Amino acid sequence: MTLYTILFYLLAVVIVIATVLAITRRSMVHAVIYLVVSFFGSALLFYLFGAPLLAALEVIIYAGAIMVLFLFIIMMLRDVNLLEKMFPLSQWAPAAVMAVIYLVVGTVLILTDPGARAPLIGAVATPRDFGRFVFENHWLTIEIVSLLLLIALVGALYLGKLSRKSAAPKSEGNP
Amino acid sequence: MIVSFGHVLVLSGLLFLLGTVCAVTRRNLIMILLGVEIMLNAATIAFVGAALRWHDMEGQVFVLFIFAVAAAEVSVGLALIIGVYRRTGSVDPSNFNLLK
Repeated sequence: MTLYTILFYLLAVVIVIATVLAITRRSMVHAVIYLVVSFFGSALLFYLFGAPLLAALEVIIYAGAIMVLFLFIIMMLRDVNLLEKMFPLSQWAPAAVMAVIYLVVGTVLILTDPGARAPLIGAVATPRDFGRFVFENHWLTIEIVSLLLLIALVGALYLGKLSRKSAAPKSEGNP
Repeated sequence: MIVSFGHVLVLSGLLFLLGTVCAVTRRNLIMILLGVEIMLNAATIAFVGAALRWHDMEGQVFVLFIFAVAAAEVSVGLALIIGVYRRTGSVDPSNFNLLK
């Protein structure tokens, strides 16, 4: 058992605990903060697995941009009651039971598969190598992804404008 | 050696399941979107583990694209939630059963 093994299990425990806490919080702000902790753990895991650029991107995009966007939206909806009503236990218990069954079956399947017992040997893809690889082999996909981001930007702007226009007459009709 | 590949897959599957449970059992559109984010993050962990397992950078390239798709999905999704909140004043998905 090397130091890296201990680090992996430590990070795994932190990530899982933070995620469980996040999905059980009734306050959305607390959920988002716990999820930021979980994403920081994922970033460290990426660094452990030899992907330093992806670790930086995980912190910048996931823990930074996406979670701050969620926080902004939650603050915009301030007057909605932050403590949501949960489903009664009888309704979500079947979902939980099925999730546990899937978890057990999947774990047994993975751990009995001889191919999954292969050890991970440490290696590092430096940002320079990684960037060169991406732009040499996947330049067309990068262009398509940039187009996707542009479409998402235009779509978000359009949806925002549309809802503002339709909200004005609607708000008089139903208080 | 760090760990065996199976343990990485188990961690990723567990996180994916937690995301599914969050998306299925919560009654709040924002929490459902958070569940989808958790699922995407679980997929990226599996991809990075596989990239290390076969010492191939293709897996890491996929993670880059998953980041971009997650950012696009969350921006459009949150814009939709804001629109629907302005119309009805609620983020409870059980209120949106009228297709008009």
